[in-house]
Amino acid sequence: MNARVRSLLETSFPGVPFEFSEFRGELTVVVPKEKIVEVCSFLKTHGETRFDLLADLCGIDMFTPLKRFGIVYNLYSLQRRHRIRLKSFVEEDEPRIASVTGVWKTANWHERETYDMMGIIFEGHPDLRRIYMPDEFEHHPLRKDFPLMGIPGSLDLPKK
Amino acid sequence: MGLEKALADSVLLTRLDDAINWCRKNSLWPMPMGISCCAIEMMAFAGPRFDSARFGSEVFRFSPRQSDVMIVAGTTTYKMAKVVRKIYDQMPDPKWVIAMGACTSSGGMYRTYSVVQGIDQFLPVDVYVAGCPPRPDNLLNALITLQKKVARGESKGTYPTVGADVSQSHPASSRRTP
Amino acid sequence: MAQNVVDPIKKTKILQALEDQHTSVNFTDPLENDLVLNMGPQHPATHGVLRLLLRLDGERVIGCVPEVGYLHRGYEKLAENCTYHEFIPHTDRLDYLSPLSNNTAYVLAVEKLLGIEAPPRAQYIRLIISELARISSHLMFWGSLGMDVGALTVWMWTFREREKMYDIFENLVGHRFTTSYTRIGGLAHDMTPAVETMIRDFLKPLPRLLDDCERLLNKNRIFVDRCDGVGKLGREEAIDLGVTGPVLRACGVDHDLRKANPYLVYDQLEFETAVYEGGDVLTRYYVRVKEIKESIKLVIQALDRLPKGDIHAAKPKNVLPRKERVYTKMEELIHDFMVVNFGGDPPVGEIYSAVEAPKGELGFYIYSNGEGHPWRLKIRSPSFVNISSLPAMVIGGMVSDVVAIIGGLDPVMGEADK
Repeated sequence: MNARVRSLLETSFPGVPFEFSEFRGELTVVVPKEKIVEVCSFLKTHGETRFDLLADLCGIDMFTPLKRFGIVYNLYSLQRRHRIRLKSFVEEDEPRIASVTGVWKTANWHERETYDMMGIIFEGHPDLRRIYMPDEFEHHPLRKDFPLMGIPGSLDLPKK
Repeated sequence: MGLEKALADSVLLTRLDDAINWCRKNSLWPMPMGISCCAIEMMAFAGPRFDSARFGSEVFRFSPRQSDVMIVAGTTTYKMAKVVRKIYDQMPDPKWVIAMGACTSSGGMYRTYSVVQGIDQFLPVDVYVAGCPPRPDNLLNALITLQKKVARGESKGTYPTVGADVSQSHPASSRRTP
Repeated sequence: MAQNVVDPIKKTKILQALEDQHTSVNFTDPLENDLVLNMGPQHPATHGVLRLLLRLDGERVIGCVPEVGYLHRGYEKLAENCTYHEFIPHTDRLDYLSPLSNNTAYVLAVEKLLGIEAPPRAQYIRLIISELARISSHLMFWGSLGMDVGALTVWMWTFREREKMYDIFENLVGHRFTTSYTRIGGLAHDMTPAVETMIRDFLKPLPRLLDDCERLLNKNRIFVDRCDGVGKLGREEAIDLGVTGPVLRACGVDHDLRKANPYLVYDQLEFETAVYEGGDVLTRYYVRVKEIKESIKLVIQALDRLPKGDIHAAKPKNVLPRKERVYTKMEELIHDFMVVNFGGDPPVGEIYSAVEAPKGELGFYIYSNGEGHPWRLKIRSPSFVNISSLPAMVIGGMVSDVVAIIGGLDPVMGEADK
């Protein structure tokens, strides 16, 4: 099934520089960020793949000078009972990528969480605001340069 | 003389303060601020096995206006702290707070950016219960300790209770929270 | 804030301001306005700290925005600073109604990354504890749904059963519910024959006791009217919203990870998935009731087939060695030191591993760069996604149905907020 997905992607998107890798039986495809919505809708609607469940969407901070942030899409096909992973990278100074809420509605909250934790902005998202931290919080906690114990004074407490 | 002998077994003589404190301690109605895992043990504490009703905590009133003691059970985050404080302020005096579990006593196993390291940073706490989560027996022990404290007339809250030793409770007794 | 002492001059000014406010507002029709109701984080029926902002037109809900994050404890950042072993106690507190299930899920994910397989006895015991956790969680659901719609007796009865399960866990693990029982490569310690007898003695009378609870609820006019047709979710919409678990199976989608991508030894045991058509709260109730019965069957089958043997995998670089060997042999001492302090020796790579938790699909995405602690650990919690589907279920219904819908969804804020 992994080989089939790979060949389908290569034939349907000629010229797009995918990077394929397999680890423990799972296929990971690195997709350029401009093509992410097209690839996602293709994988969701194509009769042979039918990846209709977006299991997970998260951000990952690679902490490298180039391509610092990655966005990981874990897809699952209910019919084929198969999982694959898509990844897309964005730069630190321009952490923007198109939103896939048009493809799967569940991406709504996942993208809000990624924005809250990593600071990645999803263009076309209907309601991009913080989900876990209070709205006035100014930092993005899961970035590697944010300390675990927090920055004193970033959150206020009621008086005793 | 003759009257005391006649009434010896059927009349109890005591101070009014002690009588009021006795009534208070035997009918502490808790306001369960159940936030996370400790809430499940608090529910078990109210459940059929470790019955809290037999100690006077007959009903778990979810309305702050009708309760005496707030049992804060669960990790308090900065986002939730404002809500907990608001509810605490709505409780009528005299009121007490039981900090249940490690997370409320000191932040617990979460030394992270969003967890308040102990609710005594914004609430006056009377009894701390250790455990993660504490067994319902432990919470029962805390309730009994609190009952002994109520019998002495003490409270860490903004109001000293009737007949209290003022040096024990909060120093600025006539101050209201802003 | 209590304001006991009121200044007489201020009181007049306040009243004046209120009057000014009222006289300046002009309603043509008082019933033409929407009400914004805050079903706040502190509420007896929100199953934890969930805040719902409801926009009401009379009694009908026309808008709903859930707000989560009141229990955000920073698990994912914590995981980046803990070794793989140190994170196991944290997984207990995710879905705190079934901690053994989360322990198993996490440890399976780490074992997938490391390429380790636990020995058969450990797998059978993990299956038994996962199913016991499922029974415990669904009993809690049963009681809370009953309590939410007004049936308090059922809550007391299911809690009585749960207390017996807590006794089992205490004998097996040492703690009532935050267990941390599984370890990477196996389990913390073995299951004794006394615990096996306890489990069998608990499961034997359970179907009859569940029948008692069912007799109270299934044909009860009030329960059925409050739950039937309430919170309907269509099949395609449920998949699109990412809903998994009993809620998805109640929409007619036959998807159970224990059958679709079997893990542990589920492929060797016989059981049925609980799938019903309907999509409303009553269907979800029936799905979970059937799941309890299937879980009882699974546990008894697993106990009958429990093999003898070791419960630790023999992979010294990543699996904690046994204590008696640590204190007597040099190699085990070194391995113990390395595993505890530096976290073992994982390969570079990323995996996603999911199990069928009682609430839905609990998945762990781990990205490892070769160090003893994960570079990134993402917890795909089922309650987070299930709560995001609340607006679709609630809008159009009455405000009193919101409580029943949340009860039927059975969210746990510990894992929704991570």
